[in-house]
Amino acid sequence: MTKYRVNKTKHVDQTKTVSFDFDGKSYHGFEGDTLASALLSNGVHLVGRSFKYHRPRGIMSCGSEEPNAICQINEDTDLTEPNVRATEIELYEGLKASSQNCWPSVNFDIGGINNFISPFIPAGFYYKTFMWPKSFWKKIYEPLIRWSAGLGKSPTKPDPELYDHKHVHCDVLIIGGGISGIIASKIAAKNNFKTILIEDKNILGGSTIFQKNENYKINDKYSGEWIYEEIAELKKLDNLTIKTRTSLAAYHSYNYLLAKENISDHLPLDKRNGGIRQRLWKIRADKVIVATGAIERPLVFNNNDRPGIMLSNSVKKYLDFYGVSCGFNNVIFTNNDSAYETAVSLKEKGISVVIIDIRKKSNSKIVKNAEQLGVKIYWNSTVVNTFGLRKINSIEIMNLSEDGSNVVGDKNRINCDCLALSGGWTPMVHMHTQSGGKLDFREIDQTFIPNEINKNHINVGSCNGDFELEKIINNTNKKVKNFLKVSETEFDNTSVLNSKELDKRNIWLLPNYISEGKCKSFIDFQNDSTAKDIKLALREGFKSIEHVKRYTTTGMATDQGKLSNMHALGIVADTAGVKMGTLGTTTFRPPFTPLTFGSIVGRSVGNFFDITRKTSIHEWHIQNDAKFENVGQWKRPWYYPINEEGLHDAVQRESKAARDSAGILDASTLGKIDIQGTDASEFLNRVYTNAWSKLGIGKCRYGLMLNEDGMVYDDGVTTRLGENHYLMTTTTGGAANVLSKLEDYLQTEWPELDVYLTSVTDHYSTASICGPNSKKILTKIFPNKDFSDDAFPHMSYQNAKIDEINCRIMRISFTGELSYEINIESKFGKSLWEKCIEAGKEFKITPYGTETMHLLRAEKGFIIVGQDTDGTMTPIDLQMDWIVSKKKYDFIGKRSLYRSDTIREDRKQLVGLLTDDPNEILEEGAQIVSDIRKKPVEMIGHVTSSYFSPNLNKSIALAVVKSGKKLKGQKLIVPMENKNINVTVSESVFLDKENKRINA
Amino acid sequence: MFLINCPYCGERDQSEFSCGGEAHIVRPKQPTELSDDEWAEYLFMRKNIKGVQFERWNHAHGCRKWFNMVRDTSNDKIHAVYKMGEKPPVE
Repeated sequence: MTKYRVNKTKHVDQTKTVSFDFDGKSYHGFEGDTLASALLSNGVHLVGRSFKYHRPRGIMSCGSEEPNAICQINEDTDLTEPNVRATEIELYEGLKASSQNCWPSVNFDIGGINNFISPFIPAGFYYKTFMWPKSFWKKIYEPLIRWSAGLGKSPTKPDPELYDHKHVHCDVLIIGGGISGIIASKIAAKNNFKTILIEDKNILGGSTIFQKNENYKINDKYSGEWIYEEIAELKKLDNLTIKTRTSLAAYHSYNYLLAKENISDHLPLDKRNGGIRQRLWKIRADKVIVATGAIERPLVFNNNDRPGIMLSNSVKKYLDFYGVSCGFNNVIFTNNDSAYETAVSLKEKGISVVIIDIRKKSNSKIVKNAEQLGVKIYWNSTVVNTFGLRKINSIEIMNLSEDGSNVVGDKNRINCDCLALSGGWTPMVHMHTQSGGKLDFREIDQTFIPNEINKNHINVGSCNGDFELEKIINNTNKKVKNFLKVSETEFDNTSVLNSKELDKRNIWLLPNYISEGKCKSFIDFQNDSTAKDIKLALREGFKSIEHVKRYTTTGMATDQGKLSNMHALGIVADTAGVKMGTLGTTTFRPPFTPLTFGSIVGRSVGNFFDITRKTSIHEWHIQNDAKFENVGQWKRPWYYPINEEGLHDAVQRESKAARDSAGILDASTLGKIDIQGTDASEFLNRVYTNAWSKLGIGKCRYGLMLNEDGMVYDDGVTTRLGENHYLMTTTTGGAANVLSKLEDYLQTEWPELDVYLTSVTDHYSTASICGPNSKKILTKIFPNKDFSDDAFPHMSYQNAKIDEINCRIMRISFTGELSYEINIESKFGKSLWEKCIEAGKEFKITPYGTETMHLLRAEKGFIIVGQDTDGTMTPIDLQMDWIVSKKKYDFIGKRSLYRSDTIREDRKQLVGLLTDDPNEILEEGAQIVSDIRKKPVEMIGHVTSSYFSPNLNKSIALAVVKSGKKLKGQKLIVPMENKNINVTVSESVFLDKENKRINA
Repeated sequence: MFLINCPYCGERDQSEFSCGGEAHIVRPKQPTELSDDEWAEYLFMRKNIKGVQFERWNHAHGCRKWFNMVRDTSNDKIHAVYKMGEKPPVE
């Protein structure tokens, strides 16, 4: 046993040794230790360097509020994790941890020079300094700041561990397993509420569990013993789920909460077995009881940041819970009663302790008890300085003036190896405010306490501002009874002995004989902001606490200001001369403690990141070496390379084959909406720009859909299957949105229409065969069908059968070739496709992908919504005036087509572009200019689609250009990085302007 | 995350719904007779109230029905939900 392990407790098993490494050195601790308690038991206080000044820093607390002891664990493995608080890491065999933010080592850190030049780097230093000269930013300042900033190292490999999400519902959720959480859980569970209790530590009992002192008794037992028995009983209750190692991350509205359960982080690496590391609980609770407790405040005075300076209650926990004495020559510096608990504990174990108390006197029982034990108390005194480079070795104290604004008398030096601070308690109101709750300011102990208005959540215990034991028990009992409408409980007549009082003397920034400018009185330990910085921010005109926070970075470190925010507020209030409480607070945002990315994303990684949709023909595409493209969630064949073919060669070959003989495309992904009802025709009239009433049964028509603002939204061919029955097709990516939009209009604007919409995208597979030989292929597949132009004209559909299976044949074309689409029930899609391939063999039928499809339609100047349009193009801009009905009284977007903005003649309009050099292919997205010499160069448009057409043997492009309609035949320039490409504006239809091929 | 009482399905998680903006904006019956300003008023102008607001919501990942909601945007309290076509509840 090391010399600092002075006490045996039931929480740390001193028979089970655990070895671990810190900064490359081996140490021993015991089962039940945290990394912090094990380090302290080995006398290690110095664990890191501060962020800005690189000052030596030690372990300060024992929980999630820890600002200094943040470590990198499992370094050099793919499980490495930065910024973990040593106070929260449960010790396990083989743990490897190292300190952060120091180079070359924590004991000798070059960056420590910042400490000596600190007068020159006040708040806002970075904003003010790195502004000039401008050219320095990229080469000098940024790399330097990046090297010196940052905490820890990110893992470089993918996270190998599993994370889970779990959705749960409960009647009552209790957050925090301290004394009030335990009382609340017991009442809830015993009264038949389905209850969940979550606690971030590995055991229940909070700070009561290690209380073994005559000053605190419940029903004549030590409070620690009493709660031990309560927990044993609690664990037997049926309708209570207890989740330890589970920390609440966020409290959203309507009692929706997120909690992170640590499942394997406390196990040695070789015992984790590839199981789940963390589970994110998504909890919807009917009622929530917040019992998150309180955090002890430090005190703000000169050099209050040396290793060995800790929070008083943490010193007590290390002693009474872990059995570790943080020092043998302790000084406690306090402004309230609770520090005396620590003094009594130390003294009872024979460890030396003196107290410096800001107050002039206190008559509470606990103070009397300390005096009886012989603890020396310096009343009305303050610490003015501390000494010791890597660990504190002495302090200087002085008396306070009557009003506490100054120091008087002589300096008195006291030797010590640990200085415990107690500035009173801050209720953890994070959860309450995250849920939307407001706060009230309580003068007597300068705390913000919850002001409850939400009837489905209450706060109990010290997070509600109850700090005295009898208040905690009685108020919790009373509030929970009221909240859950329970008439009596076992806690109704609990007898409680309490010895401490709320009384304190609050001085946010303690006075000093040293001038303020020379004091380093830290407020935010992790981000190194001092009282001086706050005052500077106020002098420079920052008034809002939110601005002061950001300018000084107070409360913006990984601890989110759990220890610093109150002092920052207090000093701002004092300096500005306003009443504390009128300033409000900064916003408490989730998560309460940092969450891992793994727990946020859960299983939604890799293949599960998003849904992958595949057509029924997908397997065939794979077998035929297709390269795929993502279109929305769909995997669509992009091109089918043969041998070593690249994209360009494959597309040239596919495009040529489709026009010269026959091509086949899997068009199953296009959205399909089945429309039925007596008003179906009227409905189509209202949603498309063209007229639909006169479309004959068995005929197809291309339609353009606008938004109400007149901009093109979607397009596709709709077929009239019957009197009151249509099949609409949409773009692949737009299918879901189009259906939603149509449903919206039907339900909200036109409920009188008798129309029913059903998405049938997944129900049918579609093979689209195009090319001059397509008719012959269809004839082979359907030998009994008459495919003559008279019997089966362009833009019509017919039912047919293959092997007794029904299918629909549409003679429609989006390549401009003679072409047919066969729709069949999805489960027959692949065999249909194989039949088509078989029948087309003699015509060298060529499967083609999306890239060829885009090229073919570009040759014809057919638009692709989303590629040639971007939500700012009207049909008129697209030169598609022909599709906009002049006769129809109304359709979606009609009125917008003659708003002052949409009738402007200098709008960007769709045109064709031909490069002067027919082999030069423009880049899609390239800017277009007319005059390159006039500065600034005006960009008048951009290229939307561009290909080399094997059928025309030249480069073609579609583009949107300002006043494009009027520019036909004009020369324009497409400036690229190293050359200017000369182009001529042309028609947007490049091939077969007379549409002869459609009937070829 | 709200708990929304769909008038057709009952209480469901907010993740099942999508918000469609301000409610009770009726599409003009005769758009062609409106001036540019009047049409713009319908097309673009939406209130962004801090306080009680009437909104359209869609149970997109459920029954796909649209309905209306009265919500206080300052504290996310949902005062009422009611079907399309029904009159908003009197405050």
